[in-house]
Amino acid sequence: MTAFLEYLGQSTRISFTKLGRASYFLLQILAGILSLLARPRLLLKQLYSVGVLSFLIITISGLFVGMVLSLQGYYTLSDFGAEESLGVMVAASLVRELGPVVSGLLFAGRAGSALTAEIGLMKATEQLSGMEMMAVDPIRRIITPRFVAGLISMPLLAALFSAVGVIGGQMVGCGLLGVDEGAFWSQMQSGIDFKDDIINGVIKSLVFGFVTSWIALFEGYDAIPTSEGVSRATTRTVVNSAFSILGLDFILTALMFGEH
Amino acid sequence: MQHTSTQDTLVGLFVASGIIGLFFLAMQVSNLSSFVSEDSYTITARFENSGGLKIKSPVSAAGVKIGRVTAISFDPKTFESIVKMSINSKYNALPDDTTASIFTAGLLGEQYVNLDAGGSDTPLKNNGKIEITQSAIILEKALGQFLFKSAEEKK
Repeated sequence: MTAFLEYLGQSTRISFTKLGRASYFLLQILAGILSLLARPRLLLKQLYSVGVLSFLIITISGLFVGMVLSLQGYYTLSDFGAEESLGVMVAASLVRELGPVVSGLLFAGRAGSALTAEIGLMKATEQLSGMEMMAVDPIRRIITPRFVAGLISMPLLAALFSAVGVIGGQMVGCGLLGVDEGAFWSQMQSGIDFKDDIINGVIKSLVFGFVTSWIALFEGYDAIPTSEGVSRATTRTVVNSAFSILGLDFILTALMFGEH
Repeated sequence: MQHTSTQDTLVGLFVASGIIGLFFLAMQVSNLSSFVSEDSYTITARFENSGGLKIKSPVSAAGVKIGRVTAISFDPKTFESIVKMSINSKYNALPDDTTASIFTAGLLGEQYVNLDAGGSDTPLKNNGKIEITQSAIILEKALGQFLFKSAEEKK
């Protein structure tokens, strides 16, 4: 019994200590943002590996998600003779929820895990300590550019996901299922509000980008410097990012769309 | 150096496509395009009952959308609902004896304000008032009246 209580207390303490370290780490990252402006090339390189390399998976998934949404929505809506509302249904679910959330999850799997593994290996091979020896701050040089790249890439990827999804939905809805194209677009335009739907979707994706990059980089930086430690850290990145994205999505949705 | 330059191009393409995606969402998917830089003027109408009318509900004349409802408030003295509408400045020749009525699109669709032009020569001005209005038809009320009437006739 005592051993159990001891274990409970110990693990609680460990998780709070970890949260504290993560917060301190975040402050260090944010403090380095200004000095990043002097070296935009570092950021550009990371935008390539975080953003450009995620481009393909995001667009292809977006296309298929939009197509499936259109197909499923059509069958339900046609029961009520409301096929014309397919456009607004596809666009609203993509812009409000699926765009930010699914691209956030894909981003965590594609870019987040890569970041953790990269930083973890840098730590395991003592590259980070080497930098410190040369009086180069590894946070400013390695971490901050990756963080900012994630923060910039995520809204762009989510917007792409939604845009490609809408096009996929239109292809299936109007091309395959025979929904009128004019009704598809006009219902969509009258149903989707720029400020309420699109801007809120962008805010969501910004938050997800922030959280995912933070978790991925911290797990890598905090990993036990062995091959097993890095592999565990990578797993934790994907799991924790997914939890945070889905949990935050509920909170953000309640805050943004709850008033109507 | 060659390598960095292709990388730069790819990053540029990525950022550009992201912005195009956002632009596409803004212009093609949302209602932003119908709002941009349109000059408009405001008119108000008092209704006995504005029913399910909402802010941003369409205002149309002869079936063509010419504006939107911008505010709905309750007058505590006359117990009427005050509906403010912003009308596109292109349509500034509406006569001042225009009738405003609240209709429903389809049987259960959304409600909108319909303006019927009158015969007067003086146009409605900015912040002008529409004097003749017809309230929303409340389905329950209409049904109630109908049932009441048919019960009367049976007697």
